[in-house]
Amino acid sequence: MGSVPLAHYLALGSGLFAVGFAALLVRRNALVVFMGVELMLNAANMTFLAFSRAHQTMSGQAAAFFVIAVAAAEAAVGLAIMIALVRNRRTLNVDEVDTLKY
Amino acid sequence: MTEAWLFYPMAIVALGGALGMILARNPVHGAMSLVLSFFGIASVYVLLAAELIAALQIIVYAGAIMVLFVFVIMLLNLNEEDLERPRLTPGTIVGGAAALAFWMISFMIFSDLPEQTMPTELPEGFGQVASLGRLIFGSFILPFESTSVLLLVAMVGAIVVAKARI
Repeated sequence: MGSVPLAHYLALGSGLFAVGFAALLVRRNALVVFMGVELMLNAANMTFLAFSRAHQTMSGQAAAFFVIAVAAAEAAVGLAIMIALVRNRRTLNVDEVDTLKY
Repeated sequence: MTEAWLFYPMAIVALGGALGMILARNPVHGAMSLVLSFFGIASVYVLLAAELIAALQIIVYAGAIMVLFVFVIMLLNLNEEDLERPRLTPGTIVGGAAALAFWMISFMIFSDLPEQTMPTELPEGFGQVASLGRLIFGSFILPFESTSVLLLVAMVGAIVVAKARI
C-alpha cells in the first residue's frame, strides 16, 4: 500500500458522478433529483482537484472554489423554485410538473 | 505512506453515502446520507493537498447547503403519501442503465491511462489559504467578481420566487 495513482481519484470522481446521474434519471422526487445535481458538481470538483495535484498547479483549486460558489447560488434558487412549486401545484413529483410540455 | 490507507476507506464512505442518498425513500434520510458522503469527499480533498477547499466543502456543502435542504424539507412538511413509491418503469431502467454505462465506460478509459503516480514534491504553500487567495485575487479576479454578482442575483431571485406576495 503506497501512494494512490491519479486514475483512482478519477474513478472515484466518475463513480460519484454516475450516482448523481442515476439520482437525476431514476428518482422522481424533485428534492432528491436536486441532491443528485449537487453530487455531480462535487464529482467535477474531485476531478479538478486531482488534476491540480497531479500537475502541481493551483488553478484547479481556484476552479473548485468557483464551482462551490455556483453550487451555493444554485441551491438557493432551486429550493426557492421548489417552495413555489409546492405552493402552486401541491406536488414535488417531477413527472407531474409538465405545464411547459403541452 | 498512509495515503492509500486513508483514500480507500474514505472513497467507500463517499460512494456509500451517495448510494444511501439515492436509495433512501425519505428525503431527510437521503440528505443525511449526502452529508456523510460530503464528509468523505472532504477527507479525500485533504489527501489531494487542498486543505482550504476541504474546509470550504464542510462549511458550505455539509453545513450551509444541506441545512438549507433539510430546512426546506421541513418547511414543505411532506406526508407519507407524498413520498414516491419505488417502481420499475422503462424510464427507471433506462436511466439506471445509462448511469451504469457511463461509469463503466469512464472506468475503462481510466484503466487504459498510463500509470501516473502523484508527484511527492509540492510547491511551498500548495493548497493553503494565502497562495489560493493570491491566485483568486490575481489571475482569477474577473471570475471572482462575476461570482459575487451571481450570488447577488441568486439571492434576489430566491426571494422573488419563494415569497408569496412581494
